[in-house]
Parts: sequence; structure tokens; C-alpha cells
Amino acid sequence: MSGTSALLWSLVLLPAATGGVLALSGGGGRTAGTYDRPGGTGPAAPAVAVAVAAVTLVLAVAAALVRPAARAGFVAGGPLELAVDGLSAAVIVTVAAVGLLVLLSAAAGIRAERPRFFGLMLLFVAAVLVTATATTLTALLLAWEVMGATSYALIAFRWREDAPAAAGTTAFLTTRAGDLGLYLTAGAALAAGTAAADRFALGALPALDGPWLHLAAAGVLLAAFGKAAQLPFSFWLSKAMLGPSPVSALLHSAAMVAMGGYLLLRLRPLLESAGWAAAAAAWGGALTALALGAVALAQRDLKQLLAASTAAQLGFVVLAAGAGSVAGGTAHLVAHAAVKSLLFLAAGVWLAALGTDDLGALRGAARRDRAVGLPFAVGALALAGVPPLSLWATKDEILAAVDSPALYGVVLAAAVLSALYAGKALGLLLAPGPSGTAVREPEEGASGPLRSVPLAVLAAGAAVLGALALPPPAGELKQAVGVPGEPSAGAATMAATAVLALAATAFAAALAPRLPEPSWARGWLHLETAAHTVAVRPVLALGRGLARFDDAVLDRGATRLPAAVRRLGRRLARFDDADLDRAATGTATAARRLASWASAADRSGVDRAVRGVADGARYLGELARRPQTGQLHQYYVQALVLLTAAAVLLLLLR
Amino acid sequence: MLSLTVFLPLAAALVLLAWRGLPDAAVRWLWVAVSGADLALVAALWATYDGPGIGHETDRPWIPGAGAGYHIGVDGLSLPLLALTATVFLACAVYSLRGQRDIRRFAALFLALQTTCLGLFAALDLILFFLFFDLSIVGMYLVIAGWGHGEQAARSALKFFLYTFVGSLALLLGFIGLYAASDPHTFDITELTADPPLQGGGAAGPLVLLAIAVGLAVKTPTFPFHTWLPPAHTDAPAAGSAVLAAILLKMGTYGFVRIAMPILPEDWRAHAMVFVAVGVVSALYGALVALAQSSFKRMVAYTSVNHMGYVLLALGAAGFIAGTDEQARSTAVTGAVVQMVSHGLITGALFLLAGVLMDRGGTYEMDAWGGLAGPMPRFAALTAVAAFAGLGLPGFSGFIAEFQIFAGSLGAVPVATALALLGILVTAGLFLWALHRLFLGARRGPKPVGADLRPAELLSVAPLLALSLLIGVLPRWLLDTVEPAARAVVGLVSR
Repeated sequence: MSGTSALLWSLVLLPAATGGVLALSGGGGRTAGTYDRPGGTGPAAPAVAVAVAAVTLVLAVAAALVRPAARAGFVAGGPLELAVDGLSAAVIVTVAAVGLLVLLSAAAGIRAERPRFFGLMLLFVAAVLVTATATTLTALLLAWEVMGATSYALIAFRWREDAPAAAGTTAFLTTRAGDLGLYLTAGAALAAGTAAADRFALGALPALDGPWLHLAAAGVLLAAFGKAAQLPFSFWLSKAMLGPSPVSALLHSAAMVAMGGYLLLRLRPLLESAGWAAAAAAWGGALTALALGAVALAQRDLKQLLAASTAAQLGFVVLAAGAGSVAGGTAHLVAHAAVKSLLFLAAGVWLAALGTDDLGALRGAARRDRAVGLPFAVGALALAGVPPLSLWATKDEILAAVDSPALYGVVLAAAVLSALYAGKALGLLLAPGPSGTAVREPEEGASGPLRSVPLAVLAAGAAVLGALALPPPAGELKQAVGVPGEPSAGAATMAATAVLALAATAFAAALAPRLPEPSWARGWLHLETAAHTVAVRPVLALGRGLARFDDAVLDRGATRLPAAVRRLGRRLARFDDADLDRAATGTATAARRLASWASAADRSGVDRAVRGVADGARYLGELARRPQTGQLHQYYVQALVLLTAAAVLLLLLR
Repeated sequence: MLSLTVFLPLAAALVLLAWRGLPDAAVRWLWVAVSGADLALVAALWATYDGPGIGHETDRPWIPGAGAGYHIGVDGLSLPLLALTATVFLACAVYSLRGQRDIRRFAALFLALQTTCLGLFAALDLILFFLFFDLSIVGMYLVIAGWGHGEQAARSALKFFLYTFVGSLALLLGFIGLYAASDPHTFDITELTADPPLQGGGAAGPLVLLAIAVGLAVKTPTFPFHTWLPPAHTDAPAAGSAVLAAILLKMGTYGFVRIAMPILPEDWRAHAMVFVAVGVVSALYGALVALAQSSFKRMVAYTSVNHMGYVLLALGAAGFIAGTDEQARSTAVTGAVVQMVSHGLITGALFLLAGVLMDRGGTYEMDAWGGLAGPMPRFAALTAVAAFAGLGLPGFSGFIAEFQIFAGSLGAVPVATALALLGILVTAGLFLWALHRLFLGARRGPKPVGADLRPAELLSVAPLLALSLLIGVLPRWLLDTVEPAARAVVGLVSR
């Protein structure tokens, strides 16, 4: 193992191993919990996890500089191969940094069952790091699904209630429905029969020929749309908000959903090669940005608003991959990670301190609690696309790659919607005057340094990361991700979007309580109902129907056959008793009679011999009765023995 | 040494039967020791096997007049299954350390059963194969009838016995057909493989394949021959269920790769679509029916039908040689063999865990439980790991198997593979739902709660799952053995 591959392995194995051990270590103490009371709380877990996350960040930065590659044997044609290039360097540093900040914040926020929480978070981070560095489909799929499984466990973290557990199941099943696409992609890569040594290499996908290329592209789109909560999969993200806030701050901002966008950025050559797939990604992303933007605007609950906004913002990244702005998409991904993580952490602080995340009840919360409110305001303004904050510049960079006027119109409308929903949240949280009814006074120390420092760092990121989309760093990013020729936004466009965002934000902030909240948008386009109607309920009904069929038809058919055999057996037994047995007994009796007759005739001479014959015959008669036990399986054994004997006999006599 | 490995458990069984005065504790530990020694022997066999081809071979005349010999040996197909057998039986021995009624006879029966299982996977003669096949049925019948719980145990045992026994008769018929068609007449698997009879058309080939396939399909089991499985599992003791699911089912699928495919290549290719169809229907049907179960153990039983369906899908796909690529077909067969091992480890663990459920609360009904993760965190954690392994999560052996099955079959039978792929989504749903009903949410029933996993339970289940994890993360040690054998099977089928 070379030094650089050791670096990469330790980057992914350190959080994976520590996380696995922590997650399975139980409550720390050996005290088992009861139905109502959790076991030990594991006071050391947060410290261990934060330390590991810090080392992981250092390793990620080192890997981003060294650009290592590593390889281990796995299935034929699909080794576990990891490598860091410009794109993955940006992603792994982002994930490791956000991961560390979120864990710091969670050290103050999560009180119960901490080993499990922090262990799962570390496992999740490891899975994301593998996803972002994978260069083969096998490595990608491995990490991709582990990411989904850990997200199930994290969303369902408060397992004593039914709702989070059901939400975790929804999230896992919905994203796994998308994951099936990657299995199809892998099958297509293998079936196409390319000469490449590693058929499962991601780099070999754009060169597939014929229908396999299109199947591979379709599979990748399906998987990415599922993870990135794009239409029509978006509903799982709404339910996922039942998980703890730090989970949302990592999974639903910087990592899991972002990986859906990352996959398409990574496989942009495949989308381009398939032709239609690039257009599908561009339109899918743009329409998600538009529709989920409207959904976000209609929410009355802060976390729900942020969740819908995540799907919408990822829509811009997916659009970027489709339209051909890999650098712009990467910049948007990184900047959005900082922005959304910040907003979710702030929402979590208020949820813990004030017991609500209802926007009406949170009125003025940001104004009263400056340590949280100020970073929140920066994040919300960045989300709105207000200059000079980050998402303004990154969004324009993506817009520059869009050349269809219709698509351009949709994207612009989606950008205005982001300004509107961010403005709405800002307007309500900064509103002066009487506070909402449900608000209790913030607890002492609710925003201690463990919470305020991560918020401040993230706010700084939310403010300045837009530089990635502004010259000169934009040019360097393009070089780094290998797309030097991509267009950049002109000054006029940037000025125009800046004015648009400012106006829309101000408008929404001023009118916040009176903005329309149509029920179709509040209810997330009724996507979950639709999924239940077209998929979940029919499958459950089919399962129940087949189970009845299994018991009533297949099984009964199978039992009827042996029953018939048994009847036959009984009849044979009767025949045995009635006729054969009588014959046997008859023989014995006849022999006895013969014997007495003979003894009468000749008492001395043949008597003993004849009695012997009679006894022998009686014994034979008894023997003939012995197998008639009435036990079906014994008949079978006899049948088998006879059959085998007959077969052997036949063979010997042939 | 292979013969010693096969018959060591039988010898121990005879000792146990004869030595009536042996105290129960000594019986338990003797059982563990013998099983452990046998596992060590298998490991040694594996370590000294220098494939490809058949190693550790013994070929002695047995019934020379009938062309049957005592011919045993190992290769890349049988070694993993021999290792699985030894591992699962050791796990059952350890599990039974927690206490078992009439342990002396129970242990003797299991040891004898272990010999039949090992013998079957080592057999290179059809009569020998058949003998072990049938003896395993008798052994399992006695386990279910003698140690099963519930009033239905005797009935379920009888059903199992009849069903699989009738299947074995069909198998015997097929074997005799092979014998009759071979020239010179022989039951030797290697000779039949080297010079397959019934080539070149004719009606006999399909009929013989039908007889063999029905016999193996009953044991596997595939749709529609699976209805003996749920009652047998429900009423069997935990260790019996584990062996039944982990080892006995594999005899069916192993028969396909060892006998049906190499000896009847032409007919296999001609009827490959039938096997693909049966595989897909079994996979989907098993998953959907499992989804509707309310009993945890019945649910796991039906998932076996699902998982074995994938094996048949892959083996059927390997019969499509026109327009497909050899590497893809080898991948599919490799996946099928890994699936046998993987299913054995994971489902064995799940059935042992189901035994814990019965032990603590006397029921497998999932709705009777709820919130168990609180008082039984270790039980919940292990079951959750087993469930995620069972739904094919990467990082566990099931993924190595299913990924290769799907990727390898897609080129040959794209529609069937895409349909079967939906099975892993249904499986995910049913396992997560089961976890929710048993362990999460509020406590539902008034069931008393027993202690968390005892050491014997933990030490029997955890190693099975650890092995699944090991294969899932570092599969090369297994695949390096399986892949050459799978390539050989693919080569034999495409003759």
C-alpha cells in the first residue's frame, strides 16, 4: 500500500470503524434500558465523535491536496476503487467540515442514547466520503445504499414514537426505489460487453453502446432523483423532518440529498453521451426547483420550509449537470451545504429552546436571540440569492449554461421563488412586536459556544463561498473539475438577478403573514398520497391476496394429494388386513389343521416337524402384518425401499 | 481427510447414542467440540485445496454392479457450502448450550444430520448424493416431529417429509434416467459431466431434466412447490429451522449447479427460460407473500423462497448463450453460489433470533410485541443487523450475491431481471416493517419481557452475521474460490 492510498483508506475507514463500534456499543454502561427509560447515555461518545470528525477533516483536506487513489479487490470487474479529483476534493472537504460543525452542535443538543447517534453519524459521513470518491459502480453502490440505511436509522432515531420510525421507512424505501436504477446501470455496464478491464468503472459508462447506454443513463437519473428528492420522489424529505435537527443539518443539506446532485455532476459525460438524459436532468431539476419552491413558500413550519427548499436548491444542481455547468453546480452544492446546514441548526436551536418550529409561533425569535438570529439572517439572505452572498453568484453561474428560453424562464421563476420563501421566513422570524403565542422564554445556555461557534463558521461560509462562482476562483474551479470551457455569467445578468432577488425578498418579508398558502403546495403536491395510491396500497393488497392464494389454493392442493395417497394407503391396508392377512392367517390355520390331522394320523414320527412348519407359517403371517402400521410415512419408506431394490435388481439383471 | 470430515459427526452421534449415562452438560460441550473440530477440518480442507478442479478426491468401488461408487471430492462450488454447513451446525451447537430438552438425542440427531449435509455437498456420485439427500429428509423429519413446538408439529413434519420425499423420488427417477442413457452405464457425476448423456435431441433429455428439476425445486423450494416450508419452519425448533433454511434448502440449488446444468447442458439451454420464469415468480411471490405475514418466522420462511428465486434466475440466465457475454454469465453463477452461502448465514441467524422471540414470549406474532428495543437492546441490534443483511444491504454478503445475480442476468433476460429487482424493494419494506412492529414504537401487548440475549444466543448468532459482514466487505477470499468453479459451470453449460 502506497502512502497516498493509506491516506485515502484512513480517511474513510476511521469514521466507519469508530462509527460502527460506537453505534453497536449500546449505552456505554452495561445497564439495559426498559420500555420507557433509555440505557446509559454514553457521555464520552460526543467527544470521541468530534475528535474523529476533526481528524477526518484534516485527512480530507490532505486528500484534497494530495489527490490519492486506492484500490481493493471486490467483485470481478468491479474493484472497490476510490480516487480524489477536483470535484470529489471539493465535496469531501465540504462534507467533512459540515460534519464536524454539526457534530459539535449536536454535542450540546443530543442528550439520550448518544453512542448510537454519534456512531451512526460517523458511519454516515464515511459512506458519503466513499460515495464522493468512488470511481467504480460497485464502490458507489456500496456507499450509496449504506448512506440510505444510516439515514433510516438516524431519521428513526427517536424510535419510541411510531411516526419517526415510519418516516425512516418511507425515506429508505423511496430512495431505494431510486437505487434500483444503479443496479440497472451496473447490469447494463456488464451486459454491454466492453473491452474495459473494469467493466464497472464509472469512466467506462459514457462509452457503452446501443440500448445499454440509454439504460445506464436512465438508471443513474433514477438513482440521483431519488436521493436528491427531485420530483416525483420529493415527499420523503418532508417526512424526514421528524428526525433530530442535526440529522437534517447534515443529511438534508450537505450530504445525502446533495449526493444525488453530485452523482449527476460526476456522470455528466454519460448524460451528454446519451443525449436525452442531459435534457431530462435539466428539465427535471428546473421543474423541481420551481414546484418545490412553491411548496416551500406555502409551508407554515420552518423545518418543512427548509426541506422543500432543499429539494428546490438541489434542483439547481441537477439542472447544472444537465445543462452543462459542472463547475457552477459544484459551487452551488458547496455553498448550499453551508447555507442549509446553518439554517437547520438554527431551526434546531429554536425547536429545542422554544418547543416549536411553527413559523407563526416563532415570530421575532431571530430578533430576541442574536447569537442564533444573526447567522440565521445571513443564511436566509444567502438562500434568497441576495448579493453578495453565496447562492446569488452560484445560481447565476448555472443560469449562464442554460440556452433554451423556456428552460431559462422556468429557472428564473424558480430563483424568484427562492427569494420569496427565504424572505417569508426572514420576515416572520425578524418581525418586531408581540411574540407568537407558543413561545416560551429561551432557556439559559441554549446557545452556548458549542452551538454558536458552528453557526458563526457556517454563516461565514454562507457569505463568502459564492466566490467559487466569481472570477478568478471560478476559473480555477473549472480547471479543477476539468471543465475549462464552461460559460460564466455576464455582469448584466448578475445585476439583473441581484435586483430581482432583492425586490422579491423585500416583498415577501414585508408581506410574510399574508402570502398565499394553497393546500396543494402546503401538502407537498400530494406526492405521498399518490405514492400510497399507486404503489404502497396495491402492493400490500397484492401481498395479502397472494398469501390467501398460497394458503387456500396452493397449500390445500398440496395437502389434498397426500390425503388422496393416504386414502389409497388405507384402502391398501384394508385389502392387506382383509385379504392378504386372512390368507396368511389362513395358511397358518390350514397348516395347523394339517398338523393336527397329521398328528392324529401319525402322532409319533412327523409331529415335531409339522409343528415347526406351522409355527413358521404363523410367524410369517405375523411378519406380513407388521408393516401395516397405518403410518403414512412408513408406507413411504417401504415404497422407497422397494423402489430402490427394484431399481438395483433391474440394474443387476440387465 | 474429507471422509473423516464427513463422518466425524456421525461417529460422535453414535457415541452419544450409546453412552446413556453422559450428563447433559458434557453432551452439550461434546457437541460443540465435535462441531468445532469439524469446522477446523473443513477450514484445513479449504486451505489445502489447490484448485481449480476437484481436490481431496476419494473414489472407491461401492456397488460396482450398479455403477455406483463412493466418490467424494471438493471444488469451488462445494467448499463454500461445506464451510457453511460446518459453521451453521457449530452455531446450532453453541445456541443449544442455553438448554434443550433431551439434549443427548437432539445432539446425536444434529450430528448425524451434519454428516448427511456434508456428505451431500462432497458427493460426486448420484446414488451417494441421493442417499444423503434422503437421509437429510429423515433427519429433519425427526427434528421437527420430536422437538417441534405447537400442536401442529407432527403434522408439519409429516407434510415436510411427504413433500420432499415425493420430490426425491422424482429425483431418483431422473438419476436412473441419466444412468440408463449413459454409456458405459454409470452414476458417477464427474464421468457424466465429462461425457454428458442425452445430447443431440430426443424426448428423453427434457423428461430427465424435468424429473431432476422437480425433485430439486421441491427441496429449494421454488414456487409452486414451497408450501411445505412455512409450516415446517413455524413448528421446528430454532436450531432445526436454522439448519433447514441454511443448509437443506441449498441441497436443491446446489443440485442445479452440480448436476442439472453440467450433465444436461443442451436441455438446460433449451429450457433456460423456464428456470428464469420460475426464479422470477418465486422471487416476487415469496417477497409479496412474506410482506403479508403477521408471524415473524413465517415471514422469514417466505423470504427464503424469494432469495432462492434469485438463485434460479441467475442459473437460468446462464443458459442463454446466444448474444450474451461469458463474463456476464460467470458473474451470474458466481452470484448464485454466493447467494447460497449468504442466505445460509443470514437466514440461519434470523431463525435463531426468532427462537429467542419464542423463548421469551411464546409467540412469533409481530403485533404481540412492540418497543422491544428498550428492554432488549442487544436482541434488537442483532436482529436489525440481520434484517438489513437480509434485505441485501451493501456491506453484507447478500449484496455481493444479489448484485452479481442482477448485473450478470440483465444482459440475458432484461425484463425478467428488472422485475426480479423489484423484489429487493419489497424485501426492504417487509424487513423494515417487521423491525418497526417488533422493536420500535410503543409497547403494544401485555407480554412479559424476558432478559436480553444470553451469551449462548449472542455467541451463536453474532459470528454468523460477522461472517456475512466479512464477505460483504472483503469478498475476495470467497470469490477467488467460487469464480473459477462458476466459470467452469458456464463453460460446461455452453458446450
